[in-house]
Amino acid sequence: MSLTSTDIDRIANLARLELSPNESERMLTQINGFFDLVEKMRSVDTTGLQPLAHPVACWEDIVLRLRDDAVSESDNRTANQRNAPSVEQGLFLVPKVIE
Amino acid sequence: MTKPTELHDFSVTELAAQLRQRKVSAVETAQHFLGRARANAALGAFLDFNEEATLAQARVADAALAMGTPGSALLGVPVAHKDIFVTREFAATAGSKMLSGYRSPFDATVVAKLAEQGAVTLGKLNCDEFAMGSANENSAFGPVRNPWDTSRVPGGSSGGSAAAVAARLVPAATGTDTGGSIRQPASFCGITGIKPTYGRASRYGMVAFASSLDQAGVLARSAEDCALLLSAMCGPDLDRDSTSLDVPAEDFARSLNDSVAGLRIGVPAEFFGEGLSADVRTAVELALKEYEKLGAKLVPIRLPRTELSIPVYYVIAPAEASSNLSRFDGVKFGHRAEQYDDLIDMYRKTRSQGFGDEVKRRIMIGTYVLSHGYYDAYYLQAQKIRRMIADDFQQAFQQCDLIAGPVAPTVAWKLGDKSDDPVASYLADIFTLPASLAGLPGMSVPVGFGAENMPVGMQLIGNYLQESRLLNAAHRLQQASDWHVAKPQGF
Repeated sequence: MSLTSTDIDRIANLARLELSPNESERMLTQINGFFDLVEKMRSVDTTGLQPLAHPVACWEDIVLRLRDDAVSESDNRTANQRNAPSVEQGLFLVPKVIE
Repeated sequence: MTKPTELHDFSVTELAAQLRQRKVSAVETAQHFLGRARANAALGAFLDFNEEATLAQARVADAALAMGTPGSALLGVPVAHKDIFVTREFAATAGSKMLSGYRSPFDATVVAKLAEQGAVTLGKLNCDEFAMGSANENSAFGPVRNPWDTSRVPGGSSGGSAAAVAARLVPAATGTDTGGSIRQPASFCGITGIKPTYGRASRYGMVAFASSLDQAGVLARSAEDCALLLSAMCGPDLDRDSTSLDVPAEDFARSLNDSVAGLRIGVPAEFFGEGLSADVRTAVELALKEYEKLGAKLVPIRLPRTELSIPVYYVIAPAEASSNLSRFDGVKFGHRAEQYDDLIDMYRKTRSQGFGDEVKRRIMIGTYVLSHGYYDAYYLQAQKIRRMIADDFQQAFQQCDLIAGPVAPTVAWKLGDKSDDPVASYLADIFTLPASLAGLPGMSVPVGFGAENMPVGMQLIGNYLQESRLLNAAHRLQQASDWHVAKPQGF
């Protein structure tokens, strides 16, 4: 199986990446090189096996822990927004999305 | 062994004793290491300092030391953090332009825990962008150089941590290991590194790469020093990390001196195949003989899916990365492009400018394997084989107490040698990926020198929660040999 440049464009769009024509071409070669490596994995018989999403799940029952629904942090908005590229009156600003 | 005379040659244990006996102050110690770190800036190991904050912490430590009460073993000892941990008093970039200048409103749990024990933060250490890489050449802020030969890579992704510790710019450093990012740079730089069982150290405040694999650990110059730091770093953080293990913190140094007589060391055939270079094989086999002299028994074992761990890891890790890195959209924090047409265009331009090549590659792979029509064939298939790999280890541990082999197939390569060939670089991760996928604790211990007089590391893998046993085995080897005290020339 080989990816085409159309696949690269489609994936880049899903990932919200903009690749230059050069980048896109290089990406195609490298990703196809990578998927040659992945082919080995596809032929392995995994019938009846449960996917392992959490490594500890193979030796201990994992129960998704829920914390009490209680306020644990005080208001820290100013500090939390200090790294934001664009803020006004405590709100994050983005380009207009509704005309 | 000669007694160290210079401050930077002391181990963490020795330095802590000097501090307690008031032979040197924490402020003097911090100043000494800051001076060394600045003088060796050409290594590229450090990304940020905040001298004022460092010295303030040192003064607090000195005040506690002056009280004379028996304090923490780390009181006044300088440590530095991989720049993947967020910090209030230092920038936290994850080696990415995306987070250039980012300052976190909180400290990562690991950072806070070491500070509570009185360790003094010296600064932040360079790493591959978002911890993705095996050579530290993927940092947006330049590569790190290996102190043993500055034309070579230090390994990655905790390359700054490994280089700084090897060059005696700091006695110990934190790192993170997703697929080998503590063990491999420790091996390449001739120091000792440990990654604990997945879930032992909190991931809170660790910039996420692949959440089911990421684990914090330590790089230092001996197993004894690693044990001291790791004991301070681990422990449950149940409210802040949903995968934190509900297992009490423990003193990992408690059994350092236990005998290793009768210890069964599993030697996997797959780790000594044709992909292993002769110099690394010779060094690791010599160390295994040393274990036999100490009374350990070598047991041949099989880890039949070692090679498969490469595609499995490089499907799962990018899948998780593509999801984790979707938060970088130029809205709440981090880089935002200056010019764009609309919201979607802003996302695209921001992400394309902020991320480097390797990160983009992994986001693309991850997005693809998670996309409709491919999810079962790639992502789920990889997770199923991940279970087989974890089961293989449990089979092996029925015959042995720990597993030993090489950390990497070769010694450190030259800068630039693999930077244009991502697949070649992925293949070199073969021996560290299996333990990562299974979530097992692993170490790298220096075992001498290979080609071009570059350090070789031996990997030790333990069963779940067996960190003490790993550190014990490593410590006994270090008591019986002096590979770990070798020091790069000029440092």
